[in-house]
Order: sequence, then structure tokens, then C-alpha cells
Amino acid sequence: MGKIMNQSIFNKKNLLLLGFIVLLIAPLFLTDFRLNLLGKYLAFAILVIGLDLLWGYTGVLSLGHGIFFGIGAYAMGMYLKLEAAGTTKLPDFMAWSGVQELPFIWVPFQNPILAIILGIFIPVMIALLLGLLTFRNRINGVYFTILSQALVVVVVTLFVGQQGLTGGTNGLTSFNTIFGFLLASTTTQTVIYLITAAVLAMVYFASKVLINGRLGQVLIGIRDGENRLRFLGYDPAIFKTFIYALSAGIAGLAGMLFVLQVGIISPTMMGIIPSIEMVLWVALGGRGTLIGPVLGAILVNWAKTTFSESYPDIWLYFLGLMFVIVVVFLPDGLMGLFKKFQKRWSGLHDKQPNSTRVEKNYS
Amino acid sequence: MKVKPFYLFLLMVAFTTIIAACSGGNGASTPEEGSSGSTEGTSGSDDEDVIEVGILHSLSGTMAISETSVHDAELLAINEINANGGVLGKQIKPVIEDGASDWPTFAEKAKKLLQQDKVAAIFGGWTSASRKAMLPVVEESNGLLWYPVQYEGMESSPNIFYTGAAPNQQIVPAVDWLLENRGTKFYLLGSDYVFPRTANAAIKAQLEDAGADLVGEEYTPLGHTDYNTVIAKIKSEKPDVIFNTLNGDSNVAFFKQLKDAGITSEDITVLSVSVAEEEVRGIGADVIAGHLTSWNYYQTTETPENSEFVEAYKAAYGEDRVTADPIEAGYFGVYLWAAAVEKAGTTDVDAVKEAAKELEFQAPGGLVKVDGENQHVYKTVRIGEVQGDGQIKELWNSGEPVKPDPFLKGFDWASGLAESLGQ
Repeated sequence: MGKIMNQSIFNKKNLLLLGFIVLLIAPLFLTDFRLNLLGKYLAFAILVIGLDLLWGYTGVLSLGHGIFFGIGAYAMGMYLKLEAAGTTKLPDFMAWSGVQELPFIWVPFQNPILAIILGIFIPVMIALLLGLLTFRNRINGVYFTILSQALVVVVVTLFVGQQGLTGGTNGLTSFNTIFGFLLASTTTQTVIYLITAAVLAMVYFASKVLINGRLGQVLIGIRDGENRLRFLGYDPAIFKTFIYALSAGIAGLAGMLFVLQVGIISPTMMGIIPSIEMVLWVALGGRGTLIGPVLGAILVNWAKTTFSESYPDIWLYFLGLMFVIVVVFLPDGLMGLFKKFQKRWSGLHDKQPNSTRVEKNYS
Repeated sequence: MKVKPFYLFLLMVAFTTIIAACSGGNGASTPEEGSSGSTEGTSGSDDEDVIEVGILHSLSGTMAISETSVHDAELLAINEINANGGVLGKQIKPVIEDGASDWPTFAEKAKKLLQQDKVAAIFGGWTSASRKAMLPVVEESNGLLWYPVQYEGMESSPNIFYTGAAPNQQIVPAVDWLLENRGTKFYLLGSDYVFPRTANAAIKAQLEDAGADLVGEEYTPLGHTDYNTVIAKIKSEKPDVIFNTLNGDSNVAFFKQLKDAGITSEDITVLSVSVAEEEVRGIGADVIAGHLTSWNYYQTTETPENSEFVEAYKAAYGEDRVTADPIEAGYFGVYLWAAAVEKAGTTDVDAVKEAAKELEFQAPGGLVKVDGENQHVYKTVRIGEVQGDGQIKELWNSGEPVKPDPFLKGFDWASGLAESLGQ
């Protein structure tokens, strides 16, 4: 972003703070149902920050973040399912799938703390493994993207096929309580919403710090000229693997918050289409900016809800049109549009070039 | 004047608009405008002149091809009831939502219909997964869901009425009939999801009890289209009967490849439980002719109610449309709900549930009756054979409506299945 900071009250920090405050007081003026939806959008917003670190800043396109999101969501779902079943009984789907006793994979998820840790740890480990195998061998660009997509197919097929372990296509649903609190109650949902908003703020600021530091410069270096960076003595594979694992962990965290508010996780949420959709949110908001994807995720999902409620027969056309317009006219997403506005505006008022950094086209 | 942060300001405006729009959507103060699906007014409460009900099917995505016709049938029933004066003297107003073949969306939309629109009932769902997704939502809000499709059983929610067949009204009698008439070597083929796996678990128990042979069991992913390997296995195992629980497009590929492999219905009978008149059109009547199906209703079912229903359906949606079992179940589900509301004198969920107990209705497929205990309906079982013109000819029926038994409690061989559910 620009180095010139305005002194007026509309400076960036104040606006972000204002945005956060609006999110915090949202429970006061939204109905339970709308708050719940907003919470879902915020969970997606957390996810896209990780995706943006990977794609927007490091230039690695993953079309497989649905599974990291899904695994986080399943980890939380498994804990909720076990709590709903009580200590003596098995989750309902196991019974009708002919599973007699609790599979060992499920045992650690009886403990909520362990479930939360695993919901982040498992995606991180998968990403580390895949990242090391691919980036070390200098598998880059479109080949990595294809691999990430293949991973989605493998994981989804596995989840659908292992009905006794995962609930199959139905996924996990019919939760009851969390830490003994009724999930359906307004208070619980409001608290979960506030936690989601706080997590979003934390992930945002942590990413901001990371991007503004030396690491951020290295990442952008990888994006814009990986070979040059290598000749300078950096090993891009390490950085790429790190950021891939980090974004997977963030996705897992987002998945956990998602399942708490939506109350269901199924393989359809981790498949190829959702994985691509997530990338679209980043593109629509503007990759390579942190706030852009966050707004993109919230805006697209809000539009999805609104269009589909108002025009259930033809809402998909609106959504498609929106994507086409953005791709054709706003290649840099919404943030690109705002930048254009800002440029024109400043061009009218002072002829000074206001950007000190050369924006590079990295597509 | 420096205007660098101007765009940030714009962002904030956009952002607050979103939130404002979110809060604006909450019915009470702001009626939204729009086409069919918009919400107007607040609720289906008794002091208004309309009663709102939700229609929640997939209008987009892979399930749209099946669910749209059920959606149409439910709207037809609502229009007919409205033309006859409505319910409790009020018109029924459908609030249409799209489940988009995505289970979390079904949960979200059901929540919207119940908590925001406060509809008196929801008619919707097709796949078991969509029902499972809506179940916790309707139970939490004490709503009412009318689910119109045959399914694998093992469920009985106090907030759901199941107007499709329970396993003992479709699968169990079909297996019995096949054992008696077509032979004892069975091959089970299904799509890889909950319905086929659970249904086949029950079939296997039933076959074992009858001393029949199970020569193969195969699952393919939803949407799978290459059945050559499966057909090769079938050729070498030479079963008498293939019990087919494939769903959707896979049926088109399977039946075509089966025919291309030179296997006719004379050699091996395929009995399908997810292929009705609609799907026959997609597969091609000449490809599937001679094979069997098991349902509670066919377009050819001879009742006075059915000829009226078929005529009205075609008049409303086109001569080339066909009616089928889930379409009929969706249609009479609306009538059952209306009758229950009329009897209860209110749309209050608990009162309607009470009034619906043992309620009878002359549906197009014959008399149906709501079971007071499990909220499924008594239905007549019909085994049919697909004809060259795409219609299904009834070969056998149960003679009278069969009591629904979702947990298969009435069958000794199923004791292990039901027991494990703690019912």
C-alpha cells in the first residue's frame, strides 16, 4: 500500500477499526438467522486470508483448500457428534453403517481441546508433506495446481467411501451441545459469532505483520522472480512449504468455526467446486491485498444468499454475471477498482504521482 | 487535499451496506420485492389472510432434474387448494427456495424459512443427505417438514412427515417378489452413498434369512458412467437378479452398456428402486424396457384421482411431462398437510401433528394413511415392468396399503439392524 498516510479520520487504521466495531456490534441489530449467516461469511473470510497469503503474495495457486477447510470442519464435527451421542452410544450414522465400536481415529476427538488442535494440525501436516514433496522437487505453477486439485478428488472419494467412519455423503450433522452449552441457543451462537469475528481480526493482523516483515518481502520475491531469489541464496521451497502449511492451518481453523455456525459438514463442502469458489473470492476481492479477499468472501457469499432468496429460479445467472464482469472489467478485483478510483481522484486534485512502489503484473 | 484513503472509505460504505442489507432482510419491517420466491409480510400466523409454506428443492445443480418436478407438483397442489378456497379460508402462499443440490444450503434455507419467514410447513428435500441436513433445523425450531421420497428408513423425527416409501413398502416386498418369481442369485449394484449402502445392508440380511445367494455387491461413485468392469463381473457371476440402487445419470450409462453387452431382461432381470417414469425418459424406454421397478405409484395406476392428477399436471406443465412416485408423494403431502390444518383449525405445529395422526387421503396412487406413531404413511406397494413407450405396467401390488415400518421392527432378520440404533 502507499506510504503516504493521511492524517484525516478516514485513515486506514481507523477504517479497519470501524469495520471491526461494526462486526462486534452486529449482534445488536441483526436477527439470529442473519447473524448466523454473517458468521458463516466471516469463517470464509478467515479462510481466504490464508489462501491470499499463498496465491496473492507467494504466487502459488492451490485449488485444493476445500479439503483443509473440510478437515478442520470434520475435526470439530467429530467432537460435536461424539458429545451429541453421549459417552455410551455411538454416533447415529455408525450404527446404521454397521460399525460396532468407536473407531480409533475418533477416540482423540472425544476431547474438545485435542479436537481443536487436530483440526489445525492435520491440515498443516498434509500441507507440509505435499509441499515438501512438490516444492523440493521444483514442481511449480500449473503442475502444483493440478496436484492440489487431485488431492481434493482423493480426499473426497475417501470421505464418501468410508461411510462408517465419516458419515459418507451425508456428512456430519445433528449436533447438540458444545462444552455442554446448547448449540442452538441464541447466546451460544452470539458467542461463537464474536469468537469468529475476533479470530478474523487476529488472523488479519498476524498476516499483516507477516507480510510487512522481511518474510513478506521474500514471499513477494518468490512470486515475482523465483529464480532471482534462488540465486540470492534463498531456498524458495522452504518458504513456499511454510506458507502453504500456514494457509492450510488457517483453512482448518476457518472450517471449525464454519461447522459451529452452519451445523453440518459434508464432502460437498470440500469438493472441487467449493475449492475453486474460494479462489474466486480472492480474485474478486483483489489478490495481493489482505482486505480485498476478506471483502470478496463476504460480498460474494452475501450476494449468493440474497440472490438465491430473491430469485430462486435464476440466481445462478446473477452470480455468474458478477464473476464475468469482475474477470473482464476488473482483473485486479474490487481493490483494483478502488485503486483506479483513487488514482483518478488524485489525478484531478494534484498531479503528483502518489504511488512509490511499482506494481508488477504477476499473472 | 490528500485523498488516498478515499477508496477505503468506499470500502467501508460497501461493507456497511452489506450489513444493513442483511438486517434489512428480516421480514418484519421491510417487505422485499422480487419474483416468485420473495418474502412478503411476516408470517403464516393465524391473523393474516395468507398462510405461508416453504418449498425447498434443488432448482440448480445435479439434483435439479429430479427435484424440479416435485417442486412443480407441490405448487400444483397449492394452486388447486387455493382455487377451492384455500385452508381455513386463507390462501396458501408458497415461499420458494433453492437447495442447490448442496446439503449445507438445505440447512441454511430451512433455517431461513422457519426462523425468518416463519412458514407453517416446509415441503422439500430429495436425497437422504438433504433430509439429514434439514432434520436438526426443523427439530430445533419445532418446524414441520414433509419429505416426499422413498428412503433407507432407520429414522423417525417428530418434526418430519415421510410421504415416500419406507424400506418395507418398497425394497423388502421387491426382494420377496423377486425371490418368488425370478430366482435366488442376487447381485447388488448401487451408487456410493448412504441410501444404497443402508438399503443393501437390509437386503443382505433378508437374503441370508431366505437362504438366497448373494453373488456380488458393487458400489460406484455418484455420477460414474463406466460400467464395463461391473458388467464383466456380472457376466461371469451370472446372477438371476440385479438389485439396482444406482442414482441419477449412472443409470443411463449402466442400462445402455448392459444392453450393448447383449444382456437382456430375459437373461437377467434388473430391478431398480430409483428409476421412475422421469428417469426412464432419460435412459431411453427402448434401452430399459422389460426391466422392473418397485414403487407405490405409476402414471398408469388406475384410480379416478390419478387420471385427474395426470391431466392437471400435464395441463399445467406440458403434455410431454410424466408423473412419477416422488411427484405424487410431493403432491399428496401438501393435501395431507392442508387436511390436518383444516382438522386442527390452526397451523400450530403441535396441533397439526396431532391432527395428522391416522389421517386418510385418497391420493392418485390409492388410499394413504398417516401412521400416528412414526409419521410415515401407509402405501400400496407396486412392482412394475417398463414398457416400450416409457410407461410402467404394474405386475403385482400389495392389494392394500402397507403399514410403514422404517426400522423394520416387524422382520426377525432385521433385528440386528434396528437394535444397533437403540430404537
